[in-house]
Amino acid sequence: MTSPTNIRLSADIFDVVVIGAGVVGCAIARRFTLEGARVAVIEKASDILDGASKANSAILHTGFDAPENSIELDCIRKGHAEYLDIYREMGLPLDRSGAYVVAWSDEECDRLDDILTQAHENGVTDARRIGAAELQRNEPQLSTQALAAVAVPGESLIDPWSAPYAYLGQALKNGAEIFLSAEITGGTFDSGIWQLETSRGGVSCRTVINCAGLYGDLVDERLIGRSKFTIKPRKGQFAVFDKAASELINAVILPVPTEITKGIVLCRTIFGNLLVGPTAEEQDSRAIAATDEETLQMLLGAAAEKIPALAQMPVTAIYAGLRPATEQKNYRIDVQNNQNLITVGGIRSTGLSAALGIARYVFSLYQQQGASHQEITDPDLPDMGMLADRCLRDWQQPDHGEIVCHCELVTKREIEKALNGPLAARSLAGLKRQTRVTMGRCQGFYCLARLSELTDGYFEQSLTVDPQS
Amino acid sequence: MNDSPLNRLQCDVAIVGGGPAGLAAAVTLKQQGIGTVIVFERESDAGGIPRHCGHPPFGLREFRTLLTGPQYAKRLVDAAMAANVDIRTSHTVAKMNPGAELLISAPKGLITVSADRVILATGVREQPRSARLVSGRRPLGILNTGALQSMIYLKGRTPFKRPVIVGSELVSFSALWTCCNAGIRPVAMIDDNPHVLARWPSRYFPALVGVPLHLQTKIVDIDGDRQVTGVTVQNASGHKENMSCDGVLFTGKFTPEASLARSGHLHMDTASGGPVIDQYGRCSDPVYFATGNVLRPVETAGWSWNEGRQCGQWVANDLGKSGQGSGDDILVTSEDPDIKYVMPQKITLADPFGGMANIQLRVTKRREGTLVVRAGDTVLFRQKLDAFPERRILVPLDKLQLTSDMAGAEINLAFEE
Repeated sequence: MTSPTNIRLSADIFDVVVIGAGVVGCAIARRFTLEGARVAVIEKASDILDGASKANSAILHTGFDAPENSIELDCIRKGHAEYLDIYREMGLPLDRSGAYVVAWSDEECDRLDDILTQAHENGVTDARRIGAAELQRNEPQLSTQALAAVAVPGESLIDPWSAPYAYLGQALKNGAEIFLSAEITGGTFDSGIWQLETSRGGVSCRTVINCAGLYGDLVDERLIGRSKFTIKPRKGQFAVFDKAASELINAVILPVPTEITKGIVLCRTIFGNLLVGPTAEEQDSRAIAATDEETLQMLLGAAAEKIPALAQMPVTAIYAGLRPATEQKNYRIDVQNNQNLITVGGIRSTGLSAALGIARYVFSLYQQQGASHQEITDPDLPDMGMLADRCLRDWQQPDHGEIVCHCELVTKREIEKALNGPLAARSLAGLKRQTRVTMGRCQGFYCLARLSELTDGYFEQSLTVDPQS
Repeated sequence: MNDSPLNRLQCDVAIVGGGPAGLAAAVTLKQQGIGTVIVFERESDAGGIPRHCGHPPFGLREFRTLLTGPQYAKRLVDAAMAANVDIRTSHTVAKMNPGAELLISAPKGLITVSADRVILATGVREQPRSARLVSGRRPLGILNTGALQSMIYLKGRTPFKRPVIVGSELVSFSALWTCCNAGIRPVAMIDDNPHVLARWPSRYFPALVGVPLHLQTKIVDIDGDRQVTGVTVQNASGHKENMSCDGVLFTGKFTPEASLARSGHLHMDTASGGPVIDQYGRCSDPVYFATGNVLRPVETAGWSWNEGRQCGQWVANDLGKSGQGSGDDILVTSEDPDIKYVMPQKITLADPFGGMANIQLRVTKRREGTLVVRAGDTVLFRQKLDAFPERRILVPLDKLQLTSDMAGAEINLAFEE
């Protein structure tokens, strides 16, 4: 490998470099670009959304249960509102499923009023308490053990990957740049300019925004020699049921939360599946998110207890994600005075819902440092494909070439589009997030051979090996 | 989009799936003089699973000659073409509606098909790692036999060089054969059963090609960042061992590819994984029929071909009878936990009595005893058996002496000591 010491990723001095292309980094890149800043995004993986953002429950939360008067609550409320404002023009889906926080015991029933009060105080004024009869009427497949619920109509389902792709895609269309496979190795700040070093070469900017998620503390240490927090990765395992299961519920079924976690959720996905998860398991590794059979059995059991018909439903997929928790529950958004560094850390589980709000909040912190730009007046929109089950998809449109992935109805045209352009898929994982290929019930039984042919030469790790080597 | 070319198509019989069962049904229908018979195949070529199973034995029953899978698939397609069957490849049936109406995605656009009868012949696939809940990470190199064989025989590609093979069904040995042909050297073959699931000659094959076979052994962890680097296996006594490998091949544990039926309006049988049918293959919506491996996991291509041929005949007989309902006259059930499924799930009493010759069933684990078929307290049939999982068990329907006064009865299958 050649030493990147003298290689420059760009001759420009960017206003802002965003480190990390997770959902938060993508939203921040968009906000700063729209506000007129010259932005570069640096990501160590070959595809974006490769860390905490690759696995979540894909819900757009209202913030009804967020900590009162917290930055998190403010960001979720603003993020939720902005998503509703922009999703149509950005070509993104929204399924206004609503949610029920369901009480399964007398103790949990006793806590519903507190949950309702907090929801109202948090500005979610349409939340209301409902009884078992109304719950059964709206969710007839739910076990009759359900006693009562708080209904939160604003909770919605979104696409956890196309949303950040659209945010970053819009930033790139309006002048931002992205450097993939570039890991931050160090940096120096002198006379108002950051000289960042990455595994691919150097890049200069005035302000750094650390959105490195699971590596947030390490990036701060590499840049300024210290971090105000320590990442404590928290694993969440999920199981996805076959598409037929999505008929079984309408709304998101939330449990009464505990101190540690929001608990195990049952919800449809925007892709027409039904998922159960996540668990909350502390672990040391920031990279390894393994599933284990015993825990998944527990999840499936818990799901079937709440929706008995699920006992008969086949499992389509299993996955695990890592949340970048820290030693504290709250977001760790910090400005390093005199060093033009903003650290956006500890966005542990509400990142997808809050990202657009976090971006606004971080931009306000940046402005407080004295920066000012000329807002873009008529920004270009990203060109997004639609993967949501209930929307018009490519397989329903003429001249799609062929359907490659039969389970998820992914077309050749969609795959070819995802393999090209500034955010082109460079791994199967990236292609899956952009197209859903192989994510269905057969997991590649039918299409992997064809896919290995279509992706030849595009991936860093090919789907085939050289038998001679 | 308003200018989307939404075409409409009309036919006598629409067949979903162009594998052995679907093509055999189509040929029989044409031989019976049925006008328009269209097979909708979502792959770019018809022929089904045998297309990518590049070794013998295929074709003994159908063509009385020993063929490889691709040769056999070609023969099936040629026979269908010669019989004037209309085969539409790259046509995916996305939705089926009551009244034999199908929504199809074709490369040029959507098509709505109205037929007098629809035959589902969508076949079967292996269960992937996810549905088995196998622990560990999710690197590249974790495949089913179907993906391996289509990579090797259709595309000349190799997904790994030193995999661990999981399973000991017939398909597992087919996978081993494929590996040998492609220069892949499996590290081991493992199965958590106490005996090999396929019939006896197979069990000596791994030793013959120098691949260790470990029974009562399962994978408890998969490791690897980008590509698989190893697995941890555990044997019956709880001993764990790491095996270095670059792939995991999950074979067998077949399940009907019945998602189209499951997300439609047909009644499904969670035990077989296929639609509920009577002995003619007729589904709960009487204009829909099903045949071949979509009915249950899993039979050979030859068996499915024969089922397809028979179903073609039954559908030909049924045409023109205005989709008369099955009476759901007799329900075929089992509460025995050792019985995995029974199929057909219902029997229509008709005069003359026809349809499938046998009730098919499988066991979940080895079971010695007497299989007893009862209607209430009346014993209709008993047979001593030493039954193994994944092997065919048949109960001849004519031995049950079903008579028209039994309408409304339920017959039950169970093992007794």
